[in-house]
Amino acid sequence: MLATLLIVFREVIEAGLIVGIVLAATKGVARRGIWVSYGVAAGVIGACLVATFAGEIASFFQGAGQEIFDASVLVLAVCMLAWHNVWMAGHGRAMAHELKTVGAAVKAGNRSLIALAVVVGIAVLREGSEVVLFLYGIASQGGTSNVAMLAGGALGLAAGAGVTALMYFGLLTIPAGKLFSVTSWLITLLAAGMAAQAILFLQQAGYLEYLTGTVWDTSWLLSQDSILGRLLHTLIGYNDAPNGAQLAVYAVTIAAIVGLTRWERARHPRGGTIPSPA
Amino acid sequence: MKILVLAALAAVLVSPAFADGPIAVTLKDHRFSPSTITVKANTPTVLSITNEDASAEEFDSTSLKVEKVITGNSRGDVHLRPLAPGKYPFMGEYHSDTAQGVVIAQ
Repeated sequence: MLATLLIVFREVIEAGLIVGIVLAATKGVARRGIWVSYGVAAGVIGACLVATFAGEIASFFQGAGQEIFDASVLVLAVCMLAWHNVWMAGHGRAMAHELKTVGAAVKAGNRSLIALAVVVGIAVLREGSEVVLFLYGIASQGGTSNVAMLAGGALGLAAGAGVTALMYFGLLTIPAGKLFSVTSWLITLLAAGMAAQAILFLQQAGYLEYLTGTVWDTSWLLSQDSILGRLLHTLIGYNDAPNGAQLAVYAVTIAAIVGLTRWERARHPRGGTIPSPA
Repeated sequence: MKILVLAALAAVLVSPAFADGPIAVTLKDHRFSPSTITVKANTPTVLSITNEDASAEEFDSTSLKVEKVITGNSRGDVHLRPLAPGKYPFMGEYHSDTAQGVVIAQ
């Protein structure tokens, strides 16, 4: 049971952190709970489908299907996160202060919430599919009893939900005026880390094998295997031995989001009370 | 030339799992074979992993920066980046008590 718990927890921690950030980033937005729930539900269904068809997915692109799939959903998540930040830069003020009607609030909030719901769905799908494959493997072997497996799985999920709560309430301790600035930065770094992870998947499959040499190695200082290393890997894309392509993609993603955010804010001169990465 | 041939011969004799093409790794009863894989340092390598077990496994290594699910009775290729000389442990995440191994770059 303990082994099941640890593996399930390991897998759900990333999704848990992302859901916590999304919840904090959308604090005060009408109907966010519903959209985040849609995201989680879609992610769970998607995870079961991906696990069921793992063999088929893997066989696409001469065996590189899994990596192409992972990289594609990560890039989609990066686009959604970037779009959310840019959109908030332009419409933040309208959302926060100038909404005359509840209807407009719901409409304005929904557009940005859909993007974040997609991010939540992708996070749950990626980690969830591995949990499903793992649990299915145990169940079919009959090594441990199904009860122990289910208990371990449930406890692992509960621990993951605990991470979400910690992240969320932790972020809420930040004063309201600074919260959006912090979540905007978190979302920018989260996106950059995901983009760097996407390039890694493509290289693992043998694509874009440029600048694959390790640039530096800080595993002696903070190993990516440690709990802190793992958390930072999810949150800001910490990598204890990044290669050149990853660093380039990471930097370009941050530059693109910050650049687009500034451009959007300039287009809406009165829209910038919600600070964004600058 | 003679030295090159001798060096190549020595390399082959010293490390049987040393190869320029894909290196075949088999997973059976949740154990990797070979579990110690020697690769040339600073050269990209491909591991071709065959999972002979019925259940899926995730080939996972933080030090190699690789994560790949290989479903039951199937094969998956993993492209390794050029590695600095050293030891890079890997595991099958779903059966990490037995599925352990190490890549040695030299």
